Amino acid sequence: MVLDAKIACRNVWKLYGKDPEGLLAAHGGNPPDDAILEDGYIPAVRHATLDVFPGEILVIMGLSGSGKSTLVRCLSRLIEPTAGEVLFDGQDLLKIPAKELIEIRRHKMGMVFQHFALLPHRTVLQNVAFPLEVQGIDRATREKRALEVIELVGLKGRDGYYPRELSGGQQQRVGIARSLAVEPDVWFLDEPFSALDPLIRREMQDEFLRLQTMLQKTIAFITHDFDEAIRLADRIAIMNEGRIVQIGTPEELVTRPADDYVANFTRDVAREKLLTVASIMEAPADGETLSDAAVRQTDKVADVARLIIDSELPLRVTDGDGRVIGAVGRAHVLDMLFATAGEARG
Amino acid sequence: MAEVAIPAGELAVRRWVAGSGQSGLRVALFLLAPFFLVLLVGPWLPDWLRIVPKDWSAPFVGWINVVVEVLRTEEVFGLFTFRDITRAIANLIDYPLDFVEAVLVAGFSDSVPGLPWIAVTGLAIVLGWYLQGRQLGIVAGFCFAYMAIFGKWELSMVTLSVVLVAAPVAGAIGVALGIVAFKKAWFEKLLWPVLNVMQALPHFSYMIPVAIFIGIGHKAGTIATIIFAFPVMSRLTILGLKGVSPEVREAGIMAGCTKRQMLWKVELPAARPTLMVGVNQIIMLCLAMVVLASFVGAKGLGHDLLNRLRSLWIGQALEIGVVIVFMAIILDRLSQAWAEKEPEHAREGPFHVRHPFATAGIAVVVISYVLAAFIPALQLWPKSLSVTTAPMWDAMIDAIVVYAFDYLELIKDTLLVHVLIPMRDLYLLLPWSALLVFAVTLGWYYGGWPVAGIQALFALYLAFAGFWERTLITAYMVSFAVIVCVTFGSIVGIWAAGGPRRSKVVELILDTFQTFPSFIYLIPAIMLFNVNDFAAIMAIVIYATIPTTRLTIFGLRTVPHDIVEAAIASGCTPRQVLWKVRMPLAFPAIMLGINQTIMYALFMVVIAAFIGTTDLGQEIFRSKAENDAGKSLVVGLCVAFMGLMADQLINAWARERKKVLGLE
Repeated sequence: MVLDAKIACRNVWKLYGKDPEGLLAAHGGNPPDDAILEDGYIPAVRHATLDVFPGEILVIMGLSGSGKSTLVRCLSRLIEPTAGEVLFDGQDLLKIPAKELIEIRRHKMGMVFQHFALLPHRTVLQNVAFPLEVQGIDRATREKRALEVIELVGLKGRDGYYPRELSGGQQQRVGIARSLAVEPDVWFLDEPFSALDPLIRREMQDEFLRLQTMLQKTIAFITHDFDEAIRLADRIAIMNEGRIVQIGTPEELVTRPADDYVANFTRDVAREKLLTVASIMEAPADGETLSDAAVRQTDKVADVARLIIDSELPLRVTDGDGRVIGAVGRAHVLDMLFATAGEARG
Repeated sequence: MAEVAIPAGELAVRRWVAGSGQSGLRVALFLLAPFFLVLLVGPWLPDWLRIVPKDWSAPFVGWINVVVEVLRTEEVFGLFTFRDITRAIANLIDYPLDFVEAVLVAGFSDSVPGLPWIAVTGLAIVLGWYLQGRQLGIVAGFCFAYMAIFGKWELSMVTLSVVLVAAPVAGAIGVALGIVAFKKAWFEKLLWPVLNVMQALPHFSYMIPVAIFIGIGHKAGTIATIIFAFPVMSRLTILGLKGVSPEVREAGIMAGCTKRQMLWKVELPAARPTLMVGVNQIIMLCLAMVVLASFVGAKGLGHDLLNRLRSLWIGQALEIGVVIVFMAIILDRLSQAWAEKEPEHAREGPFHVRHPFATAGIAVVVISYVLAAFIPALQLWPKSLSVTTAPMWDAMIDAIVVYAFDYLELIKDTLLVHVLIPMRDLYLLLPWSALLVFAVTLGWYYGGWPVAGIQALFALYLAFAGFWERTLITAYMVSFAVIVCVTFGSIVGIWAAGGPRRSKVVELILDTFQTFPSFIYLIPAIMLFNVNDFAAIMAIVIYATIPTTRLTIFGLRTVPHDIVEAAIASGCTPRQVLWKVRMPLAFPAIMLGINQTIMYALFMVVIAAFIGTTDLGQEIFRSKAENDAGKSLVVGLCVAFMGLMADQLINAWARERKKVLGLE
């Protein structure tokens, strides 16, 4: 598995304080909480290990101060971790020389920022072409490429505008275009839509998914919005006080939250839209009479709820090959809808 | 109070001083008690605790003069002295200076004349139009045409050429030092206090060392101007670079910028707004200094103004003053317009469509030269046609003297006899030990031990520098002026903050007044009150009221709107809203205004020495006449340290206060 990951981190620590390396060394690389806090250290990231697989959207989710921004900056080495390994294609980023790191950033990484971070004195075109410019690519080539990306993000015809002449949503499209200009393998997005209005945010999320369907990048996406995480993520990593408390698919988090902290986020999620029939069905009891109708195990509960509730008898649940693998009835749907997170069936 | 742990005993004292409630009076009483105690027992103190005896004071002057002498005469490697090096460097400035002067007015030879006045005026119009719009173009054109028609063209262009050379050089030095300080923390730690002292040193303190190492003359004036002006640019460069948003910097890193690309393509462009503030300030400082640099022989408007003032030809002095004011206004407006100018969209087409203003500029120059070849009056406005306003001013002054002399004299004499002289005598009683106690107590309470330590050093320097009496006289003049400034400034400020239109008008007036070189303010003071302490104080008051007024308006108008609404909703009368809500919240800002007023007053008090005072400024003046570099620096530092003491205390207090009010 380790070799498969596009980018991964192993036991990454980021401590702020007088002598963080010393503290880690004194406690065998894994200091307990009270030792960290007692000496006035601030633990931004503790013992973080995760993998991002090729073509996957991994959402790192947490409240402000949970360390998610620090973690993603450790992955790109914008912040130097105190300890641990950051593996990019199996190579430890923390060990390579500065020159090589610049090369990796120039060709293999792209990043989108919360407040867009556009250069105010440059036009849209010049902003998008900027990463190509610093590589020393000639003007005609880089502007041609920049125009392609600008069209890709739906800003065709705006290439001569300055950032101040664009709306927030449009500015972030420029930020996205800039990060894609070098055709990176790995794409970091640091709360890219947090500064936008709710309606625009939704539109940008759709746009993001559209782009990802085309581009198939490896993505680490930061957000503090659990709904956004669920909409976009293949997998979600939840952080609290610098620790990764759980990594899993949205469905796993909802059905099997690791602790109360995670459960708190998942409590208000519209389960019926997220969960599949498979997660609420049961093996049919011996001799139980089932309805003739069937639903597939991959159906979302919301899509088939009407069918299940209208039926007097439980329905069959079939797998991809049409075999019956379980049964689902009214009681299951109701349990799921009204169960509290802690009691959800697992 | 810093974040470091405070010993329990000290904390207890602090708590005890602060008392239970929010009583400012109690704190003030406790903090001033030690000071008054020393003051009261003053007469019984041993003499050396009141005034440091002459033979005890540190021979700073002698030390510095030894250093200067070595630099001046000792030869390095037996080849050249330090002064030879400085003079060689200074000679380099001659090339751009001669060139710009030749272009603007002097001409390169008889066959290649400088730009005709009509060309310079036309270019000013094009520039103003390009930077902001037609209106600024018209203002610019008017100002330059005035200089020509009123017969001050050559003087103005000489002054302008110094500004045009000194400002870019000072700017480049400032930015370069700022960049190094931004990149290397140790250099910033070194540079920052130097900048603080340099910005607090009075203009004249720069002149004597410059005169010694470079000589007297136009060139020396330019160098003094450069040295005087660059610190502000360093400071703003550091601030601007530090203010670049971390995200923008990260975006640069993620794009794969090298360090050099980062600086030139990301950080400096992103810091542009702050840097442009620096450009405006540096231009205005250069103008202010070049006018004063006439004291070391800079030519131009300042030189003539100085001569007229010395001969008390007030009418002619006023006439030159008006030209300097126009020069200040137009340089300020143009550089501000440049700072605010947003990048424009490129246009397509032939040259004159893509660059309409450059085309217009070239056209103006060509047409002007052609016209001037036929009509000499367009090359240089003839003396016979020059308008002079001096007789009008003289008549006006005569009228004032005839009708108002008695009243002015009465005001002056009453104040001198009943307020100023008693106040001076009172100040002269102050023992230096009392100042030390005062500074240390306040420094400790508001800034902790480090601040108290620095305050003590400043106070000890003042005591042991050997100019204690002069220091006290300076302090008396400055504090009287500051009291008047603050009273007057805060009243005007409160009135102006009453409505958006009022504050707009007052701010416009303040902006305009602030651009004038400080030297200008001597003219009305001399005009009305002749040459004495009182005139000097009047000059200080006119000049130094500006910051208090400005920051009072700013403080009152930026009180959060919802807090004012909450007060109105609680049933406050307008008077209660002002005194119970807006004033307390605006107070830190007002204090910073007072801080600036003190700095301005200290600067002006030195310049005012020109009209005959007996304070430190006079010593600086004398040292200039005696070419005594050591004395001029030591006395200059006295003035600077007085300013820095006040500055540090007020800033520490304002920080504390803002923290209490949650304004930061």
